[in-house]
Amino acid sequence: MNMHDRAQIVGIYEYPDRKIIGKTLAQLHAEVARAALADAGLSKDDIDGYFTDSAAPSMGPMSMVDYLGLDVRYVDTTDVGGASYLLHVAHAAQAIHAGKCNVALITFAGMPRSGLGRTPNVMGTAPDTGFELPYRPITPSIYALAAQRHMYEYGTTSEQLAWIKVAASHHAQHNPHAMLRDVVTVEDVVNSRMIADPLHLLDCCVVSDGAGAIIVARPEIARSLSRPGARVRGSGEGLRYRKGGRTDLTVTAAARAGPAAFAEAGITTADIKYASIYDSFTITVLLQLEDLGFCAKGEGGRFVEDGNLISGVGKLPFNTDGGGLCNNHPNNRGGATKIFEAVRQLRGEAHPAVQVPNCDIALATGLGVQLSTRHSGGALVLERA
Amino acid sequence: METASKMPAPDRNPETAAYWNAAREHRLLIKQCDSCGESFHYPRALCPFCLSDSSWIEASGEGTIYSYTIVHLRDEAYVLAYVTLAEGPVMMTNIVTPDPQSVRIGQPVRVSFAPTISEDLAPVFVPVQP
Repeated sequence: MNMHDRAQIVGIYEYPDRKIIGKTLAQLHAEVARAALADAGLSKDDIDGYFTDSAAPSMGPMSMVDYLGLDVRYVDTTDVGGASYLLHVAHAAQAIHAGKCNVALITFAGMPRSGLGRTPNVMGTAPDTGFELPYRPITPSIYALAAQRHMYEYGTTSEQLAWIKVAASHHAQHNPHAMLRDVVTVEDVVNSRMIADPLHLLDCCVVSDGAGAIIVARPEIARSLSRPGARVRGSGEGLRYRKGGRTDLTVTAAARAGPAAFAEAGITTADIKYASIYDSFTITVLLQLEDLGFCAKGEGGRFVEDGNLISGVGKLPFNTDGGGLCNNHPNNRGGATKIFEAVRQLRGEAHPAVQVPNCDIALATGLGVQLSTRHSGGALVLERA
Repeated sequence: METASKMPAPDRNPETAAYWNAAREHRLLIKQCDSCGESFHYPRALCPFCLSDSSWIEASGEGTIYSYTIVHLRDEAYVLAYVTLAEGPVMMTNIVTPDPQSVRIGQPVRVSFAPTISEDLAPVFVPVQP
Protein backbone atom coordinates (compact mmCIF):
# COMPACT_ATOMS: atom_id res chain seq x y z
CA MET A 1 0.00 0.00 0.00
CA ASN A 2 1.13 3.50 -0.85
CA MET A 3 1.91 5.03 2.54
CA HIS A 4 0.51 8.33 1.31
CA ASP A 5 -2.76 6.78 0.10
CA ARG A 6 -4.68 6.66 3.35
CA ALA A 7 -7.84 8.37 2.12
CA GLN A 8 -9.12 10.28 -0.88
CA ILE A 9 -11.53 13.12 -1.47
CA VAL A 10 -13.98 11.51 -3.88
CA GLY A 11 -16.84 14.01 -4.00
CA ILE A 12 -17.30 17.76 -3.66
CA TYR A 13 -20.15 20.20 -4.09
CA GLU A 14 -20.21 23.98 -3.80
CA TYR A 15 -23.67 25.54 -3.66
CA PRO A 16 -23.84 27.89 -6.66
CA ASP A 17 -25.81 30.82 -5.16
CA ARG A 18 -24.18 33.57 -3.11
CA LYS A 19 -27.48 34.79 -1.69
CA ILE A 20 -29.91 32.11 -0.65
CA ILE A 21 -33.62 32.81 -0.17
CA GLY A 22 -36.37 30.49 1.00
CA LYS A 23 -34.34 27.56 2.32
CA THR A 24 -33.52 26.39 5.81
CA LEU A 25 -30.06 25.65 7.12
CA ALA A 26 -30.81 21.93 7.50
CA GLN A 27 -32.20 21.75 3.97
CA LEU A 28 -29.00 23.28 2.59
CA HIS A 29 -26.84 20.75 4.48
CA ALA A 30 -28.95 17.97 2.96
CA GLU A 31 -28.99 19.33 -0.59
CA VAL A 32 -25.21 19.69 -0.72
CA ALA A 33 -24.75 16.24 0.84
CA ARG A 34 -26.91 14.72 -1.88
CA ALA A 35 -25.04 16.60 -4.61
CA ALA A 36 -21.61 15.59 -3.28
CA LEU A 37 -22.73 11.95 -3.13
CA ALA A 38 -23.82 12.22 -6.76
CA ASP A 39 -20.43 13.73 -7.66
CA ALA A 40 -18.70 10.81 -5.95
CA GLY A 41 -21.01 8.12 -7.31
CA LEU A 42 -21.88 6.94 -3.80
CA SER A 43 -25.18 6.65 -1.96
CA LYS A 44 -26.33 7.77 1.46
CA ASP A 45 -26.00 4.30 2.93
CA ASP A 46 -22.27 4.28 2.11
CA ILE A 47 -21.70 7.03 4.69
CA ASP A 48 -20.49 5.88 8.11
CA GLY A 49 -18.72 9.04 9.30
CA TYR A 50 -20.12 12.57 9.61
CA PHE A 51 -18.38 15.90 10.17
CA THR A 52 -19.78 19.41 10.57
CA ASP A 53 -19.11 22.64 12.48
CA SER A 54 -20.92 24.59 15.20
CA ALA A 55 -22.84 26.62 12.63
CA ALA A 56 -24.90 23.49 11.91
CA PRO A 57 -28.41 23.40 13.37
CA SER A 58 -28.74 22.08 16.92
CA MET A 59 -25.92 20.57 18.97
CA GLY A 60 -22.98 19.25 17.00
CA PRO A 61 -24.04 16.51 14.56
CA MET A 62 -27.24 15.54 16.38
CA SER A 63 -29.92 17.14 14.23
CA MET A 64 -28.21 16.63 10.89
CA VAL A 65 -27.57 12.90 11.24
CA ASP A 66 -31.28 12.56 12.06
CA TYR A 67 -32.42 14.84 9.19
CA LEU A 68 -30.15 13.02 6.73
CA GLY A 69 -31.03 9.59 8.08
CA LEU A 70 -27.38 8.64 8.50
CA ASP A 71 -26.18 5.52 10.29
CA VAL A 72 -22.73 6.66 11.42
CA ARG A 73 -20.10 5.11 13.64
CA TYR A 74 -17.81 8.16 13.74
CA VAL A 75 -18.54 11.90 14.19
CA ASP A 76 -16.36 15.00 14.62
CA THR A 77 -17.57 18.58 15.06
CA THR A 78 -14.23 20.32 15.39
CA ASP A 79 -14.81 24.06 15.09
CA VAL A 80 -11.89 26.40 14.54
CA GLY A 81 -13.71 28.90 12.35
CA GLY A 82 -12.99 29.05 8.64
CA ALA A 83 -10.22 26.44 8.78
CA SER A 84 -12.59 23.84 10.25
CA TYR A 85 -13.19 21.97 7.01
CA LEU A 86 -9.48 21.43 6.37
CA LEU A 87 -9.26 19.84 9.80
CA HIS A 88 -12.39 17.83 9.05
CA VAL A 89 -10.74 16.34 5.94
CA ALA A 90 -7.54 15.66 7.88
CA HIS A 91 -9.42 14.04 10.76
CA ALA A 92 -11.59 12.04 8.35
CA ALA A 93 -8.47 10.68 6.64
CA GLN A 94 -7.03 9.73 10.04
CA ALA A 95 -10.28 8.05 11.11
CA ILE A 96 -10.45 6.10 7.85
CA HIS A 97 -6.82 5.04 8.21
CA ALA A 98 -7.54 3.92 11.78
CA GLY A 99 -10.49 1.84 10.63
CA LYS A 100 -13.09 3.98 12.39
CA CYS A 101 -15.08 4.68 9.22
CA ASN A 102 -14.96 4.10 5.46
CA VAL A 103 -16.81 7.02 3.91
CA ALA A 104 -16.96 10.39 5.68
CA LEU A 105 -19.39 13.16 4.80
CA ILE A 106 -18.54 16.80 5.65
CA THR A 107 -21.27 19.45 5.31
CA PHE A 108 -21.58 23.13 6.14
CA ALA A 109 -24.04 25.95 5.44
CA GLY A 110 -24.75 29.49 6.52
CA MET A 111 -26.61 32.56 5.39
CA PRO A 112 -25.07 35.76 6.80
CA ARG A 113 -26.59 37.82 3.95
CA SER A 114 -30.10 36.46 4.19
CA GLY A 115 -29.94 36.45 7.96
CA LEU A 116 -31.43 32.98 8.20
CA GLY A 117 -28.27 31.16 9.17
CA ARG A 118 -27.36 30.32 12.68
CA THR A 119 -24.30 32.20 13.90
CA PRO A 120 -22.68 30.48 16.84
CA ASN A 121 -22.23 32.74 19.85
CA VAL A 122 -18.49 32.46 20.29
CA MET A 123 -17.91 35.80 21.98
CA GLY A 124 -20.35 35.85 24.90
CA THR A 125 -18.63 33.87 27.60
CA ALA A 126 -15.04 33.79 26.36
CA PRO A 127 -12.38 34.81 28.91
CA ASP A 128 -10.44 36.93 26.43
CA THR A 129 -12.98 38.91 24.43
CA GLY A 130 -14.14 40.88 27.46
CA PHE A 131 -10.82 42.69 27.23
CA GLU A 132 -11.30 43.40 23.52
CA LEU A 133 -14.93 44.23 22.78
CA PRO A 134 -14.91 47.65 24.55
CA TYR A 135 -12.39 48.79 21.91
CA ARG A 136 -14.70 47.86 19.01
CA PRO A 137 -12.41 45.56 17.03
CA ILE A 138 -14.46 45.06 13.86
CA THR A 139 -13.22 42.14 11.78
CA PRO A 140 -11.22 44.04 9.12
CA SER A 141 -9.44 46.01 11.85
CA ILE A 142 -8.21 42.79 13.45
CA TYR A 143 -6.45 41.95 10.18
CA ALA A 144 -5.34 45.54 9.62
CA LEU A 145 -3.30 45.42 12.84
CA ALA A 146 -1.22 42.60 11.37
CA ALA A 147 -0.88 44.34 8.01
CA GLN A 148 0.28 47.57 9.65
CA ARG A 149 2.91 45.73 11.67
CA HIS A 150 4.16 43.82 8.62
CA MET A 151 4.51 47.09 6.72
CA TYR A 152 6.45 48.56 9.65
CA GLU A 153 8.84 45.63 10.00
CA TYR A 154 9.36 44.74 6.33
CA GLY A 155 8.31 47.71 4.22
CA THR A 156 5.39 45.89 2.64
CA THR A 157 3.18 48.26 0.64
CA SER A 158 -0.53 48.63 -0.08
CA GLU A 159 0.27 48.16 -3.76
CA GLN A 160 1.85 44.78 -3.03
CA LEU A 161 -1.19 43.67 -1.02
CA ALA A 162 -3.38 44.87 -3.90
CA TRP A 163 -1.68 42.43 -6.29
CA ILE A 164 -3.32 39.60 -4.35
CA LYS A 165 -6.79 40.97 -5.12
CA VAL A 166 -5.78 41.67 -8.71
CA ALA A 167 -4.74 38.03 -9.19
CA ALA A 168 -7.98 36.75 -7.63
CA SER A 169 -10.01 39.01 -9.91
CA HIS A 170 -8.21 37.73 -13.00
CA HIS A 171 -9.41 34.25 -12.05
CA ALA A 172 -12.93 35.27 -10.98
CA GLN A 173 -13.75 36.67 -14.41
CA HIS A 174 -14.00 33.05 -15.62
CA ASN A 175 -16.27 31.86 -12.78
CA PRO A 176 -19.97 32.48 -13.57
CA HIS A 177 -20.86 32.00 -9.89
CA ALA A 178 -18.33 34.53 -8.55
CA MET A 179 -19.76 37.51 -6.67
CA LEU A 180 -17.18 39.91 -8.14
CA ARG A 181 -16.28 39.12 -11.76
CA ASP A 182 -14.72 42.39 -12.85
CA VAL A 183 -10.95 42.39 -13.29
CA VAL A 184 -9.46 45.07 -11.03
CA THR A 185 -6.11 46.87 -11.08
CA VAL A 186 -3.71 47.77 -8.29
CA GLU A 187 -5.00 51.35 -8.61
CA ASP A 188 -8.61 50.16 -8.17
CA VAL A 189 -7.67 48.45 -4.91
CA VAL A 190 -5.60 51.23 -3.36
CA ASN A 191 -8.18 53.84 -4.39
CA SER A 192 -11.11 51.91 -2.93
CA ARG A 193 -12.61 53.15 0.33
CA MET A 194 -10.38 52.77 3.39
CA ILE A 195 -12.00 50.39 5.88
CA ALA A 196 -9.26 50.06 8.51
CA ASP A 197 -5.79 51.35 7.65
CA PRO A 198 -4.04 49.95 5.69
CA LEU A 199 -6.86 47.70 4.41
CA HIS A 200 -9.18 49.07 1.75
CA LEU A 201 -12.59 47.74 0.75
CA LEU A 202 -11.01 45.65 -2.03
CA ASP A 203 -8.51 44.10 0.40
CA CYS A 204 -11.50 42.35 2.02
CA CYS A 205 -13.25 39.16 0.95
CA VAL A 206 -16.89 39.01 -0.05
CA VAL A 207 -19.70 38.24 2.39
CA SER A 208 -21.78 35.42 0.99
CA ASP A 209 -24.41 32.89 1.88
CA GLY A 210 -23.29 29.41 1.00
CA ALA A 211 -23.12 25.72 1.60
CA GLY A 212 -21.06 22.79 0.51
CA ALA A 213 -20.08 19.20 1.08
CA ILE A 214 -17.01 16.98 0.80
CA ILE A 215 -16.81 13.19 0.78
CA VAL A 216 -13.65 11.41 1.92
CA ALA A 217 -13.33 7.66 1.32
CA ARG A 218 -11.06 4.70 1.89
CA PRO A 219 -8.67 4.23 -1.10
CA GLU A 220 -10.16 0.83 -1.99
CA ILE A 221 -13.57 2.46 -2.30
CA ALA A 222 -12.13 5.46 -4.16
CA ARG A 223 -10.57 3.16 -6.76
CA SER A 224 -13.98 1.57 -7.46
CA LEU A 225 -15.47 4.93 -8.46
CA SER A 226 -15.52 6.40 -11.94
CA ARG A 227 -14.60 9.97 -11.00
CA PRO A 228 -10.99 10.86 -10.15
CA GLY A 229 -10.12 11.24 -6.47
CA ALA A 230 -7.68 13.48 -4.64
CA ARG A 231 -5.36 11.74 -2.23
CA VAL A 232 -5.02 13.34 1.22
CA ARG A 233 -1.26 13.03 1.17
CA GLY A 234 -0.42 15.25 4.14
CA SER A 235 -2.14 17.46 6.68
CA GLY A 236 -1.24 19.89 9.41
CA GLU A 237 -2.99 22.11 11.87
CA GLY A 238 -2.08 24.76 14.41
CA LEU A 239 -3.51 27.42 16.68
CA ARG A 240 -1.97 30.78 17.40
CA TYR A 241 -2.89 33.36 20.00
CA ARG A 242 -1.43 36.24 21.94
CA LYS A 243 0.52 34.24 24.49
CA GLY A 244 -0.26 36.35 27.53
CA GLY A 245 0.78 39.45 25.62
CA ARG A 246 3.97 38.18 23.94
CA THR A 247 2.34 39.22 20.71
CA ASP A 248 3.92 38.71 17.26
CA LEU A 249 1.50 39.63 14.51
CA THR A 250 3.84 38.83 11.63
CA VAL A 251 3.58 35.03 11.96
CA THR A 252 0.49 32.85 11.45
CA ALA A 253 -0.55 29.32 12.37
CA ALA A 254 0.44 28.33 8.82
CA ALA A 255 4.02 28.27 10.14
CA ARG A 256 3.07 25.12 12.03
CA ALA A 257 0.33 23.67 9.80
CA GLY A 258 2.22 24.00 6.51
CA PRO A 259 5.53 22.34 7.41
CA ALA A 260 3.66 19.53 9.19
CA ALA A 261 1.60 18.84 6.06
CA PHE A 262 4.65 19.00 3.79
CA ALA A 263 6.63 16.64 6.03
CA GLU A 264 3.83 14.07 6.15
CA ALA A 265 3.40 14.30 2.38
CA GLY A 266 7.14 14.08 1.77
CA ILE A 267 7.14 17.16 -0.47
CA THR A 268 8.48 20.70 -0.55
CA THR A 269 6.87 23.90 -1.78
CA ALA A 270 8.65 23.33 -5.11
CA ASP A 271 6.39 20.32 -5.74
CA ILE A 272 3.16 22.33 -5.41
CA LYS A 273 1.64 23.14 -8.81
CA TYR A 274 -1.44 24.95 -7.48
CA ALA A 275 -2.25 26.54 -4.11
CA SER A 276 -5.60 27.46 -2.57
CA ILE A 277 -4.54 30.00 0.06
CA TYR A 278 -7.18 31.17 2.56
CA ASP A 279 -7.98 34.74 1.61
CA SER A 280 -10.26 36.45 4.09
CA PHE A 281 -8.15 39.55 3.43
CA THR A 282 -5.15 40.22 1.20
CA ILE A 283 -2.84 40.26 4.23
CA THR A 284 -4.04 36.77 5.21
CA VAL A 285 -2.56 35.44 1.96
CA LEU A 286 0.72 37.32 2.18
CA LEU A 287 1.51 36.16 5.72
CA GLN A 288 0.66 32.54 4.94
CA LEU A 289 2.82 32.48 1.80
CA GLU A 290 5.80 33.44 3.96
CA ASP A 291 4.95 31.01 6.76
CA LEU A 292 4.40 28.15 4.30
CA GLY A 293 7.87 28.76 2.92
CA PHE A 294 7.06 29.98 -0.60
CA CYS A 295 9.32 32.91 0.25
CA ALA A 296 11.29 34.17 3.24
CA LYS A 297 9.64 36.09 6.09
CA GLY A 298 9.29 39.68 4.98
CA GLU A 299 9.52 38.83 1.26
CA GLY A 300 5.78 38.25 0.77
CA GLY A 301 5.19 41.67 -0.77
CA ARG A 302 7.80 41.12 -3.46
CA PHE A 303 6.58 37.54 -3.99
CA VAL A 304 3.01 38.51 -4.89
CA GLU A 305 3.91 41.47 -7.13
CA ASP A 306 3.53 41.58 -10.90
CA GLY A 307 0.95 38.82 -11.18
CA ASN A 308 3.00 36.05 -9.61
CA LEU A 309 -0.23 34.44 -8.31
CA ILE A 310 -2.07 34.58 -11.66
CA SER A 311 -2.54 31.24 -13.41
CA GLY A 312 -0.60 31.13 -16.65
CA VAL A 313 1.37 34.26 -15.73
CA GLY A 314 3.08 33.75 -12.39
CA LYS A 315 5.01 31.03 -10.62
CA LEU A 316 2.32 30.11 -8.08
CA PRO A 317 -1.23 29.97 -9.45
CA PHE A 318 -3.57 30.55 -6.50
CA ASN A 319 -7.33 30.59 -5.87
CA THR A 320 -8.31 30.00 -9.49
CA ASP A 321 -12.03 30.11 -8.59
CA GLY A 322 -11.59 33.76 -7.60
CA GLY A 323 -11.15 32.87 -3.94
CA GLY A 324 -12.87 34.47 -1.00
CA LEU A 325 -11.67 37.82 -2.29
CA CYS A 326 -13.90 37.64 -5.40
CA ASN A 327 -15.88 34.42 -5.57
CA ASN A 328 -17.27 32.98 -2.35
CA HIS A 329 -16.63 33.15 1.41
CA PRO A 330 -19.64 31.14 2.57
CA ASN A 331 -20.92 31.96 6.05
CA ASN A 332 -17.72 33.97 6.70
CA ARG A 333 -15.89 30.63 6.70
CA GLY A 334 -14.00 30.01 3.50
CA GLY A 335 -12.03 26.83 4.20
CA ALA A 336 -14.10 24.40 2.16
CA THR A 337 -13.90 26.53 -0.97
CA LYS A 338 -10.12 26.14 -0.78
CA ILE A 339 -10.54 22.37 -0.94
CA PHE A 340 -13.11 22.54 -3.75
CA GLU A 341 -10.85 24.40 -6.15
CA ALA A 342 -7.80 22.29 -5.29
CA VAL A 343 -9.80 19.14 -6.13
CA ARG A 344 -11.04 20.71 -9.39
CA GLN A 345 -7.44 21.50 -10.35
CA LEU A 346 -6.30 17.94 -9.59
CA ARG A 347 -9.22 16.52 -11.59
CA GLY A 348 -8.41 18.84 -14.48
CA GLU A 349 -11.86 20.38 -14.08
CA ALA A 350 -10.99 23.99 -13.30
CA HIS A 351 -12.04 26.54 -15.92
CA PRO A 352 -9.81 26.02 -19.00
CA ALA A 353 -8.58 29.61 -18.75
CA VAL A 354 -7.12 28.95 -15.28
CA GLN A 355 -6.46 25.19 -15.28
CA VAL A 356 -2.85 24.47 -14.31
CA PRO A 357 -1.28 22.01 -16.80
CA ASN A 358 -0.37 18.62 -15.34
CA CYS A 359 -1.57 19.58 -11.87
CA ASP A 360 -0.58 16.59 -9.75
CA ILE A 361 0.06 18.18 -6.33
CA ALA A 362 -2.08 20.93 -4.82
CA LEU A 363 -2.15 22.72 -1.50
CA ALA A 364 -5.20 24.00 0.38
CA THR A 365 -4.94 26.16 3.50
CA GLY A 366 -7.28 27.69 6.03
CA LEU A 367 -6.87 30.49 8.55
CA GLY A 368 -9.89 30.86 10.79
CA VAL A 369 -11.36 33.00 13.57
CA GLN A 370 -9.35 36.27 13.86
CA LEU A 371 -5.80 36.79 12.63
CA SER A 372 -4.38 39.04 15.33
CA THR A 373 -6.23 37.83 18.43
CA ARG A 374 -6.68 34.06 18.15
CA HIS A 375 -6.63 32.07 14.94
CA SER A 376 -6.47 28.56 13.57
CA GLY A 377 -4.48 27.18 10.69
CA GLY A 378 -5.03 24.12 8.56
CA ALA A 379 -3.12 22.76 5.58
CA LEU A 380 -3.78 19.86 3.23
CA VAL A 381 -1.45 18.49 0.58
CA LEU A 382 -3.64 16.80 -2.03
CA GLU A 383 -2.43 14.60 -4.87
CA ARG A 384 -4.10 13.49 -8.08
CA ALA A 385 -5.00 9.84 -7.51
CA MET B 1 -12.69 62.02 18.41
CA GLU B 2 -15.64 60.54 20.26
CA THR B 3 -14.97 56.99 21.33
CA ALA B 4 -16.26 57.18 24.86
CA SER B 5 -20.00 57.01 24.81
CA LYS B 6 -20.02 54.23 22.22
CA MET B 7 -17.69 51.85 24.05
CA PRO B 8 -19.39 48.55 24.89
CA ALA B 9 -19.36 47.60 28.55
CA PRO B 10 -16.60 45.28 29.77
CA ASP B 11 -17.41 41.71 30.70
CA ARG B 12 -17.38 41.53 34.50
CA ASN B 13 -16.88 38.14 36.11
CA PRO B 14 -15.12 36.71 39.19
CA GLU B 15 -11.79 36.57 37.34
CA THR B 16 -11.92 40.15 36.07
CA ALA B 17 -13.86 42.21 38.64
CA ALA B 18 -10.68 43.52 40.32
CA TYR B 19 -9.38 44.78 36.95
CA TRP B 20 -12.52 46.76 36.22
CA ASN B 21 -12.85 48.00 39.83
CA ALA B 22 -9.30 49.38 39.60
CA ALA B 23 -10.05 50.99 36.25
CA ARG B 24 -12.87 52.94 37.94
CA GLU B 25 -10.11 54.34 40.19
CA HIS B 26 -7.94 55.14 37.16
CA ARG B 27 -5.49 52.33 37.88
CA LEU B 28 -4.33 49.76 35.29
CA LEU B 29 -3.78 46.29 36.72
CA ILE B 30 -2.02 43.38 35.09
CA LYS B 31 -1.35 39.90 36.38
CA GLN B 32 1.98 38.50 37.58
CA CYS B 33 2.68 34.81 38.17
CA ASP B 34 3.37 33.85 41.79
CA SER B 35 5.80 31.19 40.64
CA CYS B 36 7.62 32.09 37.39
CA GLY B 37 7.23 35.84 37.82
CA GLU B 38 6.02 36.49 34.27
CA SER B 39 3.48 39.27 33.90
CA PHE B 40 0.61 38.89 31.47
CA HIS B 41 -2.45 40.46 29.85
CA TYR B 42 -5.30 39.60 29.33
CA PRO B 43 -5.60 38.84 33.05
CA ARG B 44 -6.70 35.35 34.11
CA ALA B 45 -6.52 33.41 37.34
CA LEU B 46 -3.84 30.92 36.27
CA CYS B 47 -0.50 31.84 34.67
CA PRO B 48 -0.51 30.91 30.94
CA PHE B 49 3.23 30.19 31.13
CA CYS B 50 3.26 27.67 34.01
CA LEU B 51 -0.35 27.32 35.29
CA SER B 52 0.55 28.60 38.77
CA ASP B 53 -1.61 31.05 40.72
CA SER B 54 -1.14 34.72 39.95
CA SER B 55 -1.55 38.10 41.64
CA TRP B 56 -2.59 41.56 40.53
CA ILE B 57 0.09 44.22 40.16
CA GLU B 58 -0.36 47.84 39.18
CA ALA B 59 1.14 48.72 35.81
CA SER B 60 3.01 51.98 35.33
CA GLY B 61 0.60 52.99 32.59
CA GLU B 62 3.49 53.69 30.22
CA GLY B 63 3.76 51.92 26.88
CA THR B 64 4.54 52.11 23.19
CA ILE B 65 2.34 51.38 20.20
CA TYR B 66 2.99 47.89 18.78
CA SER B 67 0.45 48.25 15.97
CA TYR B 68 -2.64 50.32 15.20
CA THR B 69 -5.36 50.87 12.66
CA ILE B 70 -7.72 53.75 12.04
CA VAL B 71 -11.19 52.25 11.77
CA HIS B 72 -13.33 54.25 9.37
CA LEU B 73 -17.05 54.01 10.02
CA ARG B 74 -19.71 55.97 8.20
CA ASP B 75 -19.86 58.79 10.73
CA GLU B 76 -16.70 58.47 12.80
CA ALA B 77 -13.16 57.13 12.97
CA TYR B 78 -11.34 55.60 15.89
CA VAL B 79 -7.94 54.04 16.50
CA LEU B 80 -7.71 50.39 17.51
CA ALA B 81 -4.25 49.40 18.72
CA TYR B 82 -2.01 46.98 20.49
CA VAL B 83 0.18 48.71 23.07
CA THR B 84 3.30 47.14 24.57
CA LEU B 85 3.22 47.97 28.27
CA ALA B 86 6.47 48.94 30.01
CA GLU B 87 6.09 45.71 32.01
CA GLY B 88 6.20 43.64 28.79
CA PRO B 89 2.74 42.38 27.85
CA VAL B 90 0.89 43.74 24.81
CA MET B 91 -2.77 44.70 25.30
CA MET B 92 -5.57 45.67 22.93
CA THR B 93 -6.83 49.20 23.41
CA ASN B 94 -7.88 52.42 21.69
CA ILE B 95 -5.55 55.36 21.10
CA VAL B 96 -7.47 58.55 21.93
CA THR B 97 -6.19 61.53 19.97
CA PRO B 98 -7.68 64.44 18.03
CA ASP B 99 -5.33 63.53 15.18
CA PRO B 100 -5.55 59.81 14.32
CA GLN B 101 -3.38 60.30 11.23
CA SER B 102 -0.45 61.23 13.49
CA VAL B 103 -0.44 57.84 15.25
CA ARG B 104 2.69 55.75 14.59
CA ILE B 105 4.09 52.36 15.60
CA GLY B 106 6.69 52.85 18.33
CA GLN B 107 5.06 56.03 19.61
CA PRO B 108 5.13 56.42 23.42
CA VAL B 109 1.69 56.46 25.03
CA ARG B 110 0.24 56.71 28.53
CA VAL B 111 -2.89 55.13 29.96
CA SER B 112 -6.11 57.08 30.39
CA PHE B 113 -9.59 55.91 31.30
CA ALA B 114 -12.60 56.34 29.05
CA PRO B 115 -16.28 55.95 29.89
CA THR B 116 -18.17 52.99 28.49
CA ILE B 117 -21.92 52.61 28.14
CA SER B 118 -21.94 51.12 31.66
CA GLU B 119 -20.55 52.53 34.92
CA ASP B 120 -17.19 50.98 34.06
CA LEU B 121 -14.20 52.80 32.61
CA ALA B 122 -11.94 51.17 30.02
CA PRO B 123 -8.16 51.69 29.86
CA VAL B 124 -7.25 53.59 26.70
CA PHE B 125 -4.00 55.31 25.76
CA VAL B 126 -3.04 58.82 24.71
CA PRO B 127 0.13 59.84 22.85
CA VAL B 128 2.90 61.29 25.01
CA GLN B 129 4.81 64.27 23.67
CA PRO B 130 8.52 63.31 23.74
